[in-house]
Amino acid sequence: MSRSYLPHWMHWLGSPPNFYRFAGTLRPWLMALALASAAIGLYGGLVLAPPDYQQGDAYRIIFIHVPSAWMSLFIYATMAVAGLIALVWRVKLAEVIAMECAPTGAAFTFITLATGSLWGKPMWGTWWTWDARLTSELVLLFLYLGVIGLCNAFEDRRRGARAASLLALVGIVNLPIVHYSVQWWNTLHQGTTVDFLDPARSSIAAPMLWPLLVMALATHLYFFASILGRARTGLLSLESGKQWVRTLVDGQPAPTMEAPT
Amino acid sequence: MDSTAQSMTGDRIACRATGVRANAAGACIALLRRDFVLAWRRRGELFLPLLYAVIVTALFPFALGPDPELLARIAGGVLLVIVVLAMLPALESMFRADLDDGTLEQWLLAPQPLALLALTRVIAHWLTTVLPLIIVMPLLGALMNLPVKVLPVLIVTLLLATPLLVLLGAVLSALAAGARRSGILLALMLLPLAVPVVIFAAGAIAGAQSGMPYIAPLTWLAAALVMAIVLAPLACAAALRIAVES
Amino acid sequence: MTTPPAPAAPLLSAHRLAFSRNDEPVFGPLDFSLGSGETVLVEGDNGSGKTTLLRVLAGMLPPGTGEIHFHGEPASRDSRNGRVLWLGHRAGMNEALSARENLGFLAGLYGARGGMTAATAMERVGIAAWIDEPVRTLSAGQKKRAGLARLLLLQGDIWLLDEPYANLDRRGIGLVNALIAEHCASGGGALVTSHGAVRFADPRARHIRLDA
Repeated sequence: MSRSYLPHWMHWLGSPPNFYRFAGTLRPWLMALALASAAIGLYGGLVLAPPDYQQGDAYRIIFIHVPSAWMSLFIYATMAVAGLIALVWRVKLAEVIAMECAPTGAAFTFITLATGSLWGKPMWGTWWTWDARLTSELVLLFLYLGVIGLCNAFEDRRRGARAASLLALVGIVNLPIVHYSVQWWNTLHQGTTVDFLDPARSSIAAPMLWPLLVMALATHLYFFASILGRARTGLLSLESGKQWVRTLVDGQPAPTMEAPT
Repeated sequence: MDSTAQSMTGDRIACRATGVRANAAGACIALLRRDFVLAWRRRGELFLPLLYAVIVTALFPFALGPDPELLARIAGGVLLVIVVLAMLPALESMFRADLDDGTLEQWLLAPQPLALLALTRVIAHWLTTVLPLIIVMPLLGALMNLPVKVLPVLIVTLLLATPLLVLLGAVLSALAAGARRSGILLALMLLPLAVPVVIFAAGAIAGAQSGMPYIAPLTWLAAALVMAIVLAPLACAAALRIAVES
Repeated sequence: MTTPPAPAAPLLSAHRLAFSRNDEPVFGPLDFSLGSGETVLVEGDNGSGKTTLLRVLAGMLPPGTGEIHFHGEPASRDSRNGRVLWLGHRAGMNEALSARENLGFLAGLYGARGGMTAATAMERVGIAAWIDEPVRTLSAGQKKRAGLARLLLLQGDIWLLDEPYANLDRRGIGLVNALIAEHCASGGGALVTSHGAVRFADPRARHIRLDA
C-alpha cells in the first residue's frame, strides 16, 4: 500500500507502542531543557537586558509575546503537516498529533493576544486595537477553535480527526489571505501600527535579541515535550482495548498519565 | 471523455447500449431540477432568511436613532453583515438531509465527479437561498438610507462575495454534516474564512460611498471567486467522503 | 443465443481482504469473486461485519488490507463508479420528493437501462400507484420496494444489496429473488447480505460465512 513510500524509521515510530516508549523516554529531557532555557532566557530578558529608551521596562513582555506569536504559527504549520499525513496515509499517530497540536496552539495564540493586549495598554492607551497583527492572530485563534470544535463534534474520534485535519488544511490556505487582506484593510483605515520588531525600521540590540532567541528555543522545546506527552495520552485512550496497553497497565504499577497543559 | 469511458467499460456498455447513458451535464441538470423542485416544495422556508434580514435591518434605526446621515454612513457595512448572517442557517443544512436519507451514498457511487455534483449543489443553493436576499437589497437599502449611487456597487459586490461564501460554507457544511451537532460550530468555522471576503466586500462598498476607486477590491473578490470555484468543490468532495464513512 | 464473449476477469474479486476498526478485526481475510451471472450470499449474525464488507467494497469505507478488483482493474473511483449499484438500509430517496422525482434524478446521475423508466420500474415492483406520492408517506416495505425499483432502473452490473429482505413480506422476498435472478441472467452479479433467516432462491449461489 501507499504506506511503503514512508521511510523505515517513520514506520517504526508510527507504531503506537514504539512511539509510546520513545516519547516517554524523550519527554522528560525535552521538558528539562525547556525549563532550563526558559530560566536563562527570562533572566537574560528581565534582568540583564537594558530598559528600552522609549518604552522603559514595558517592552520586556516581548520575551513572552513574541515567542508565543512565533509558536502560534509554528504549531499551526505542524498541525497542518500532521493533518496532511493523516488524510493521505491514514496514519493514526499523525491524526493524534494533529489533534493534540490544536489546544496547545490555541493556548499560545491566546497568550499572544493577552500579552499583546497588556502591552497595548501602556503603548497605545487601549487594551485592544485592530492592528493588523493582532487581528490576524485573533483570526488564527478562531481557526484553532474551529478545528477543536469540529474534532470534538464527532462520535468517532478518528473521523473527527480526519475532518478537522481537512479543516486545518483549508485554514492554512486561508491564513496568508487573511494576513494580506487584514494589512490592506489596516492601511485603508489608518490603523495604529507600531513596528518595534520590524527589522526594516528598528533593529533590535544584541542584549535584547539573545534572550528572545533563547525564549523561542524554550517554547519550541516545551511544545515538543508537551506534544509528546499529549500524544501519549491520546494514543492510550484511542488504543485502550489493545494488548500493549493492557500489559502496560497490568504489568507496571499503573503509570498515571496526566495531560500536560 | 466518452471514448475513454467506452473503452474502459467495453462489453458492459455493449449489452446495455440501448439505455440512456448518463453524462456530466445531464447529471448537473438533473440535480439542479431536483433541488429546485425541493426548494419549491418548501418555499415557505425560503422566506425565512428574507424575513430575518428585514427584521434585523429594521432594528438598526431603532437602536442607533433615525439620523439619516448616520444610517447612510453605516448602511453598506451593516447590510453586508446582515446578508452574511442571514445566509448562515441555510448553509448548515446544505448536505445534512442527503446524508441522513442515504442520497449521498448514491452520489458517491454515481459515475460522475463528486466535486462537480458539489459545485452544482452550491449553484442551486445560491440561487434558491441567497439570490432572493440580493433581490430585496433595494428595499433594505431604502430602510437604511443607503445612497442610491452605492446601491449598484453593493449589489455587484454581493453577487461576487455571496457565491464565494457559499462555496466556502459548502466545504464546512460537508465537514460538519457527519458530526453530531453543528449550529454555532459552522459559524465558528466560517468566521476565519469569511474575514477576507468581508474585508474586500466592505472595501468596495466603502470606496463607492466615499467616491474612491472600488474596482481593485472587486477584482480581488472576482479572482478569489474563480479560485474558490476550482478548489472548494474538491475540498467539499473530500469532506463528503469523510461524512459518508461510518 | 447472442451472448457476448465472457469477460476474462470476474465482475468483482477480493483477495486477502480484511478490515479492522480501531485495530479490532471486523472481518477477513477473505478471498472471493463475483462472476457474471453469479450471486454471492454473505451470511453472518448481527455484528459480524456484513454491512462493513459491503461498504468497503462500495468504497464508502477505506480498505483495510488486501485487494479489490472490478473487472480485473484495481478498485478505484474510475473502475467502481457506474458499475456498482448500492441498496443500503437507507432508501437513498428524499422524503419530500415523490418516487418518480427521486428516480428521475438518480437516472440522470447513473443513466437508465434500455426500455426502463421510473414508471415501468415502479410497476414491476408493485407500487406503481404510489409513484407520485411523497416518499415520506410510503411504508417501510414500500420504501424498500422503491429501492428495488432504483436497481431496475439504473445502469450498473454489480449489485451490492445490504439486507434487501428486511421489511418485506413473503411476496416481496419472492420479488427480490426474482429480480436478482433476472439481473444475473442478463450478465450481472449480486452480492447479498442476509442474517440467514431468509431462504435464498438460487441453490447454486455461493456463500460467504462471516463470524463475529
